[in-house]
Amino acid sequence: MNWYAVRALYRFEMARFWRTALQSIVAPVIATSLYFVVFGAAIGARMTAVEGVPYGAFIVPGLMMLSLLTQSIANASFGIYFPRFAGTIYEILSAPVSPLEIVLGYVGAAASKAILIALIILATATLFVPITIAHPFAMVGFLVLTAVTFSLFGFLIGLWADGFERLQLVPLLVITPLTFLGGSFYSIDMLPPVWRTLSLANPVVYLISGFRWAFFGHSDVGIGVSVAMSLVFLVLCLAGVTWIFRTGYRLKS
Amino acid sequence: MPPILSIANLSKVYASGHNALKDISLDIAKGEIFALLGPNGAGKTTLISIVCGIVTASAGSVRVDGQCIVRDYKAARKAIGLVPQELTTDAFETVWATTAFSRGLFGLPPDPAHLERTLRDLSLWDKRDSRIMTLSGGMKRRVLIAKALAHEPRILFLDEPTAGVDVALRQDMWRLVRRLRDQGVTIILTTHYIDEAEEMADRVGVIRNGEIILVEDKAELMRKLGKKQLTLHLASPLAGLPPALAGHNLELAQGGRDLVYTYDTTGDAGLTGLLADLAAAGIGFRDLHTSQSSLEDIFVDLVKERA
Repeated sequence: MNWYAVRALYRFEMARFWRTALQSIVAPVIATSLYFVVFGAAIGARMTAVEGVPYGAFIVPGLMMLSLLTQSIANASFGIYFPRFAGTIYEILSAPVSPLEIVLGYVGAAASKAILIALIILATATLFVPITIAHPFAMVGFLVLTAVTFSLFGFLIGLWADGFERLQLVPLLVITPLTFLGGSFYSIDMLPPVWRTLSLANPVVYLISGFRWAFFGHSDVGIGVSVAMSLVFLVLCLAGVTWIFRTGYRLKS
Repeated sequence: MPPILSIANLSKVYASGHNALKDISLDIAKGEIFALLGPNGAGKTTLISIVCGIVTASAGSVRVDGQCIVRDYKAARKAIGLVPQELTTDAFETVWATTAFSRGLFGLPPDPAHLERTLRDLSLWDKRDSRIMTLSGGMKRRVLIAKALAHEPRILFLDEPTAGVDVALRQDMWRLVRRLRDQGVTIILTTHYIDEAEEMADRVGVIRNGEIILVEDKAELMRKLGKKQLTLHLASPLAGLPPALAGHNLELAQGGRDLVYTYDTTGDAGLTGLLADLAAAGIGFRDLHTSQSSLEDIFVDLVKERA
């Protein structure tokens, strides 16, 4: 195992995060504060508690998950796409590094950044609403599992994309709608039966539901189902990345 | 001594159908400077890219210091440093950070002393904290070389290393290449500048349309294929060549004012006989000069000949 290479890739990617610290850290803090102003103070005040949880607190796991998904995908996809775009990928391809080591470096860094931002959002949320975490280890477990899975998914997008437009296509047109419709700001039990059933086809529902269970001890779908669905998506992403490295798709001529 | 790089029956057909390499076989000896010459699109960069792991071969095998580049790719790649043709660098990193990154990527622990030596050798030490985007094109080229040398490779590929750099930097690079060779590093360079190959290479390979058409020791190549010309500036112009001189390889030039004698550098030049025949024919000359074909002339002849 070439740990020096993993460390080099990880540090390189994290350096980019710290170089743009203002954008990386301040932006999610401001966005979260705005969500609390709009959904917490303006709208939340008129809403009753959801499943016994004040609405302001109820949306915290959804907000964290929203950032976790978008940040994991954005960081990982950009991380691998930019060297392809700039041509510096030659150095990675000619180095004595295995696909696993490359994935550990890029996905590890993307997941770290996303987790960091999710924790910043949690810290910001505590300024607005009281938060208690019923299952802290499960919360961290879900955070890591989701960040790694979606960083892998972002890595796949970064390998697949052949332009900046495609890089934005999946996050904008698929992930963001699925996240908003996946119960970030509501419980799917609040939906009419038909929409509730349709929502179960949205994989993000299981992630948010499981994450919310870790916070409040109850969820829209069973916790076992949430974990299983997360693992299925992780395995699918791993299979995709493995196939790309085996075939050299978009990496090697 | 076994070759440090052994390429056997290597072929590459791209998805577009372009046959970039056709059954290439080539051995490179340890410690030599090998210049790969060829016109644009001949297959030079494809060949280098396959050896370095950037492009997948369609057929054939490559061994680097005995290690297969597919099966034992980690060991093989550790031995190789690559300076690509394009100036592909990270814009926002500092010179120091990017060279340290390259060393780590190739599986070596940090060694600030080695990096300092490398940056000093390339006159980059003063720029170590500068972001790469602030550097000139020549400096960026040096950064690429520093990155390639950061992991102390045993084989260094230089793909068009002096394209677009000024004369002073070219000379610096030539000095660096010689110093690396003295340290035992094998250098394989592709270049458009034939004088670069003439100046530095021990052996020369010529590639054209994906085929190696010649591999030869440089000195031997110039001896075998090189031509010399003796030009005599005549005392009085000639309207035509006298029949008595028909046995010599002579041509009239400059409207009959010059007589040009072409001969190869291998055997007897026949100069004594020519001068005697000229004297016998009553042809005098005011001055003379000789010229020898350069590697560039030989290269152009070779590529034309096989077209």
